[in-house]
Amino acid sequence: MIQGIPFTHILIVSTIMFFIGVAGFITRKNLITMLMSTELILNSVCINFVVFNRYLYPINLQGHFFTMIIVAIAAAEASVAIALIINIYRRFSSIEVSDVSEMKN
Amino acid sequence: MATNVIMFYLFSAVIIIFALLSITTRRILRAAVYLLFVLVATAGIYFMLQYQFLAAVQLTLYAGGIVVLIIFSILLTHQINNKFEVPGVGKILLGAGVAIAGAALTIPAILSYPFPAVAQHALDVNMQTIGIGLLHTGKNGYALPFEVISILLLASMIGAIVIAKKGK
Repeated sequence: MIQGIPFTHILIVSTIMFFIGVAGFITRKNLITMLMSTELILNSVCINFVVFNRYLYPINLQGHFFTMIIVAIAAAEASVAIALIINIYRRFSSIEVSDVSEMKN
Repeated sequence: MATNVIMFYLFSAVIIIFALLSITTRRILRAAVYLLFVLVATAGIYFMLQYQFLAAVQLTLYAGGIVVLIIFSILLTHQINNKFEVPGVGKILLGAGVAIAGAALTIPAILSYPFPAVAQHALDVNMQTIGIGLLHTGKNGYALPFEVISILLLASMIGAIVIAKKGK
C-alpha cells in the first residue's frame, strides 16, 4: 500500500476515469476515439482490481492476475477492433459512425 | 508532505486531466497521445503499489502495444490535419449528464462504505511467485485462465488477419 494515501482516494480517481470513459463513449462519433474510451474504462477497472488486492487482501494475488488477464483481453480486443475498423474504412472510406449505417451492399 | 503523497496526487491529476483532454480534443492524433499519458500514469500508480511486474506489463502492452496500434490505424484511416466537428449540444449534455450522475451515485457510496481495516502482512511479489501462480493448478493457481487467454490471443490474432486482409 502507499503510505499516507487512504484506500478511497485511489477508488475515486478510478471512478472519475471510468465515467470520463463513459462520457467519451457517448459523445464521440469516430470509431477509433470510441475504442480509446473503451481502453479508459478497462484501465480504470484494472486500477480497482489492483487496489482492492493491495489494500484489503495483500496476502493473495487474485487482483494482480485478474489485471494481467484484463490487459491481455484488451490487447486482443484492440487488435480485432482495429482490423474491423480498417475493413470498414476500405468499404465506406470513412470511420464516422453516422456514415456506416448499412451492413451489406 | 511526504514525497509519495505528492507523487500519488500528481499521477492522479495527470490521469484525470489527460483523460478529459483525450475525450475532448478535436485532433485525433492528440487524443491518442493523451491516452498514452493516462496509461503511463496508471503504470506509475502500479509502481507505487509495489506491483512492479504489473507496471512493466502495463507499460509494454498498453503504452507500447495498444497505443502504437491505435496510432497506426489513425495514420491509415485519417487525414491528420482534419479537425473533428464539435458534437451537438444534446450529445454533450447527455454524455456529461450520464457521467456526472453516475459519479454522483458512486462516489458517496465509496466514501460511506465501511471497508475493513488491513491487518495481514503484505506478500512480497517477486517473479517466482508470479510464475508459480500462473502455472499452478491447485489453490491460488491460475493455469486454466492462462491457457484460455493463450487460446483467446491466438484466435484474435487469426481473426484480425482474416478480417483485415484484402478480399479474394
